[in-house]
Amino acid sequence: MSENVLKVENVTMQFGGVVAVDNLNLEVNKGEIVALIGPNGAGKTTAFNVITGVYQPTNGAVWFQGEKIVENHPQGKMKQQYKGGHAGEYTQALAPTPDKVTRLGMARTFQNIRLWKSQTVFDNVLIAKHCRAASNVFSATFRLNRKEEARQRENVLELLETVGLADVKDELATSLPYGKQRRLEIARALAAEPKLLLLDEPAAGMNPQETEELTAFIGEIRDRFQLTVFLIEHHMNLVMNISDRIYVLDFGKLIAQGDPAAIQNDKRVIEAYLGVSEDA
Amino acid sequence: MKQTVKKSTWAVLLCVLALLAAVVVLENVLDPNKNIMVFAALKKGAVYALVAVSMNLLNGFTGLFSLGQAGFMLLGAYTYAILTIPAAQRDTVYYIYNGSAVNFSLPELFGGGTAGLVLGVLAALILGGCVAAAVAWLIGLPVLRLKSDYLAIATLGFGEIIRAVFQWDKLGPVTNGANALKSFPTFSSFNIQNAAGETVLRLSTFTAFLLAGICIAVIVLLINSTYGRAFKAIRDDEVAAEAMGINLSKHKRLAFVISSFFAGVGGGMFAMFANQAQAKTFTTAMTYEILLIVVIGGIGSVSGSCIAAFLYVAASEWWLRFLDAETFVGGVKVPLLRNGFRMVVFSVVIMIVVLFFRRGLMGDKELPDLFKKRRKGGAAK
Repeated sequence: MSENVLKVENVTMQFGGVVAVDNLNLEVNKGEIVALIGPNGAGKTTAFNVITGVYQPTNGAVWFQGEKIVENHPQGKMKQQYKGGHAGEYTQALAPTPDKVTRLGMARTFQNIRLWKSQTVFDNVLIAKHCRAASNVFSATFRLNRKEEARQRENVLELLETVGLADVKDELATSLPYGKQRRLEIARALAAEPKLLLLDEPAAGMNPQETEELTAFIGEIRDRFQLTVFLIEHHMNLVMNISDRIYVLDFGKLIAQGDPAAIQNDKRVIEAYLGVSEDA
Repeated sequence: MKQTVKKSTWAVLLCVLALLAAVVVLENVLDPNKNIMVFAALKKGAVYALVAVSMNLLNGFTGLFSLGQAGFMLLGAYTYAILTIPAAQRDTVYYIYNGSAVNFSLPELFGGGTAGLVLGVLAALILGGCVAAAVAWLIGLPVLRLKSDYLAIATLGFGEIIRAVFQWDKLGPVTNGANALKSFPTFSSFNIQNAAGETVLRLSTFTAFLLAGICIAVIVLLINSTYGRAFKAIRDDEVAAEAMGINLSKHKRLAFVISSFFAGVGGGMFAMFANQAQAKTFTTAMTYEILLIVVIGGIGSVSGSCIAAFLYVAASEWWLRFLDAETFVGGVKVPLLRNGFRMVVFSVVIMIVVLFFRRGLMGDKELPDLFKKRRKGGAAK
């Protein structure tokens, strides 16, 4: 039980009549790097958004570190429209906002980089520390939190050194080259002190060399910060190199799961990715 | 890095102190009766600087486009006035309603005299801010779910409602209906007089500057604190801010409440400047004036708002006055110069400024950022 960091249980996400994620079940254990792959539009990012509280699932539950953090069942009009399974098994409506999920210990990055554009590299990471600050607005304004502030700044500097961005800390976040912006986004997520790091296509738009660096980097931070990593990715090199286990989604449904070798040889995965000819 | 930050902080502090000293000197060297415009512009500039900075906290630093500033100023002004009118004057002020429902005066409660005046005025200003903040807290919950233009319209409506409510006849014993509240302590009450009743040290403009300066300093401290950084994160990217653990509704409400608090204090100071408080002066046009100052100064620049406040007030009230007077040069009447022409020229000036400074005079920079390039006067605060 304690090994289980994240557990997604019978999650269905239906938008109107469209079922984006259909009865998804997955588990991520402590210290693992788990990948979620699938063709475009398979519902990977939707699954991420359900886990991080951006969307409330139509039905199902999400457990984090042995605690149920998200749960929902079809309500209102959705009662008639609902096409997924396990109806009636869930009765609660638990919907934490994304910031609450983050404070519980789950930090994410975005598919299209979302850095705070007018802020420096240093400030981008420092702001992420805000959710861990104990000071209230009064003590922060009148500088009664000097110690905490100093410690935060020190931590951020350390973190930037670890990820190799210390030399550009005073530059604007948007002036960094693409690869470094990706790295900064990960550093920012790390600053929120997560137990579970969710990476939404961290290698999107990267060339092979950058991807290789990123692969090494993800492994490195996993070991250093004792993280569990759950990622969405299209670059198969990256996925196959670092994942302990892989889940494959297609049209919202889980079609395969297992270690990289098994996935590479799975017939349904190959079909989903390459397609099958009509007359086959 | 840290060293230079410290240095510039000291430099700013020195500039502000020098400015305050300069105000005292100026006030006591120039004859205020011959230079009414100068001191009126300085006082109003200080008040508008504070309100503009409070609006900038919301619009420029948190990215919430709110137009309720005049409404919150009104709350502050009325609270200040109602709490400070001397008990003896109440029957005169509220003559239509046969006296006031509030029969005490804070300066008198604090024992009267100089100490009573200072404490009473401060307490009334702070309470004015608190009333504005409390109302902001209440309306913040429904209103802050709206975004950009919709939020602007909702807050604009709030300002109108507040103005109407305060003119309501039934509230007369408290608000004096549509009539002005007056006879309360103003900036001039802070001039120091000798036993014979002669003014020996004029501190009225200084008081305005000091109060505005303290409030602006607190806002600057807030902006540079961890909460201020969170506000900027919300402005830059709400989705990312929320994903990084910043509670959007809590922080937006916080910014709204703090901004309204200082707008309330600014409203109280406006009443002190105007020698009266009347609901009909706190119109939407006043909010637009302040918005204009924020835009001209630079959205997201505190010093920009301060500089723009003084420039705006001076230009609209003082420098362009001559355009309103019919002038004869060598017996020939100068065409166009007549009452109201000032505002025509003023509007053109503003259009030109906006055309040439698209991001305002300061953009999102602060004065210390420019220090290396050129030493522009410390007109910031």
